Amino acid sequence: MNDANRSHDRLARWRASLGGWILSGYGVLAYLFLYLPIVILVVFSFNDSRSTSQWQGFTVDWYYAMFDDRQIILSLWNSFFLAVVSTIIATVLGTLIALGLERYSFRGKTAVDSMLYLPVIIPDIAMAIMLLIFFNLSGIGFQPWKVQFFGVKLAVPYSVIIAHVAFNISFVAIVVRARLAQMDRTLEEAAQDLYANSWRTFRRITLPMLMPGIIGGALLAFTLSLDDFVITFFTSGAGFNTLPVRVFGMIKKGVTPKINAVSTLMLVVSLSLVFLSIIMRRRGGDDEPIQFGF
Amino acid sequence: MEQVLRRNPALRGWLLVLPAAVFLIIFFMIPLLIVFVYSFLERGTYGGVIWQFTLENLARTFDPLYFSTFLRSVYIAILTTLISLLLGYPLAYFITTRPAHQRNLYVLALMIPFWTNFLIRTYAWLTLLRTHTGLINVSLTSLGIIEKPLPLFGNDFAIVLGLVYGWLPVMVLPIYAALERLDKSLIEAAQDLYASGAQVFRRVIWPLSLPGVVAGSMLVFIPSLGAFVTPAILGGGKSLMIGNIISNQFLAAHDWPFGSALSMLMMIVMLLATLIYFRWALREGVQP
Repeated sequence: MNDANRSHDRLARWRASLGGWILSGYGVLAYLFLYLPIVILVVFSFNDSRSTSQWQGFTVDWYYAMFDDRQIILSLWNSFFLAVVSTIIATVLGTLIALGLERYSFRGKTAVDSMLYLPVIIPDIAMAIMLLIFFNLSGIGFQPWKVQFFGVKLAVPYSVIIAHVAFNISFVAIVVRARLAQMDRTLEEAAQDLYANSWRTFRRITLPMLMPGIIGGALLAFTLSLDDFVITFFTSGAGFNTLPVRVFGMIKKGVTPKINAVSTLMLVVSLSLVFLSIIMRRRGGDDEPIQFGF
Repeated sequence: MEQVLRRNPALRGWLLVLPAAVFLIIFFMIPLLIVFVYSFLERGTYGGVIWQFTLENLARTFDPLYFSTFLRSVYIAILTTLISLLLGYPLAYFITTRPAHQRNLYVLALMIPFWTNFLIRTYAWLTLLRTHTGLINVSLTSLGIIEKPLPLFGNDFAIVLGLVYGWLPVMVLPIYAALERLDKSLIEAAQDLYASGAQVFRRVIWPLSLPGVVAGSMLVFIPSLGAFVTPAILGGGKSLMIGNIISNQFLAAHDWPFGSALSMLMMIVMLLATLIYFRWALREGVQP
């Protein structure tokens, strides 16, 4: 190898390592960009001042203020109740339709399939106004379901529950279908070879194997329901607040560290749900790379 | 009954699909149809409609007053998509260069901000960007770096920044998936044939990652065009997008037919984008 070639090699190696350094530096910056705003938000929830930009010392007063605010606590219960009810309904309906579409073929399957994907693609605002018009016109209106939930009196409009189920069915169905598609069918065939009828095969083999998918779908639905603002805002009529709707109203009135405190609470809830879903995935023996939460 | 079901799997399939399908027909397809019908009706006095056919609402969407906002929303959505691609591609590439056992962790770290509430992430930027009381302007002024606050808030800049921040992860994920699947021996083969770094990228890596790029762009473009929360919070009441105009028709102006017509227009643009994407995917033989 001559000298010219060797120096060319050295140059190439030097350029490659420089490129690697730039790429790593960029990676660090990109993750900082993603995390820094959230970290600053949390930090200022402990600020001993009304300011969210000048640090004045540490306090947990904003958290006391948050838990003293009856409106916030009520909206928290509303959010929780809504998420529980809509998740249960959406998980049952979504799992059934996933089974039907993945395991059977019948006429009109393509139409049902495309209808199932529409609520995922359509933007929140379009779905929100569509349902607003529908509830007005159909006479279903915004009647509240008056209910005692853990001893708290709630009045949750049926329209909001229906709206949440409507956008959650598709997400549950997508998650459960993905699980069904990658499931090993030999066990089911073995059960049938041993003369188990189809119900017994389903109960004893299919359902347990499918469970991680169903739980994953339910957790996703629960998270989406807790987080939704736009569709709830438009389908609830006057006077009903979930936590995000309440936060939006507070932001419109002005920025205070109390909003940061509520935000931090919501952050902790979302993070817990994420880690719960990761644990469930691990239990299900699922090591596939993480997708959009499903 | 059980006999019938056992002999007829198609019927079983139908019965499983039926509850969810009926639910979605009543609470999704019919509302969609109503919006379509509403956009051809005359407005009632306090919201609602008069059942009288008219093309006036559709014509009015092309009124420069509204159409300019619509065009600007498309412009903001395209800008958001391009910037997300510019920032997201190297990030996806960065993740693929990490050791295999760390990659899932990097992807998880990417998705955690995405799973936190969108409203809250937008609010976080509000506390940073506000003109006189935002963290960035307050810090820069007190450090003596700037004298007058920078125009960071209440404009297209703030909206695009908020949208890029919100949707960057869904741009990165499909690109990363495409790069991850990429056969490394192809890159080595190109290098053996003395291709320069730029040539390897342009002729090998970029074309093979294109399905991820297109999928990611769709996932960013569609929600950006329909944005409501970001312009409502970071637009400062001035810089509005089509989503805000639609909501105004329902919450303030009580002109439901016109609001319906505007949202039809928005959905048509999205449908077109989706159709173009699927045709492209079909032609290139990639999984949409």
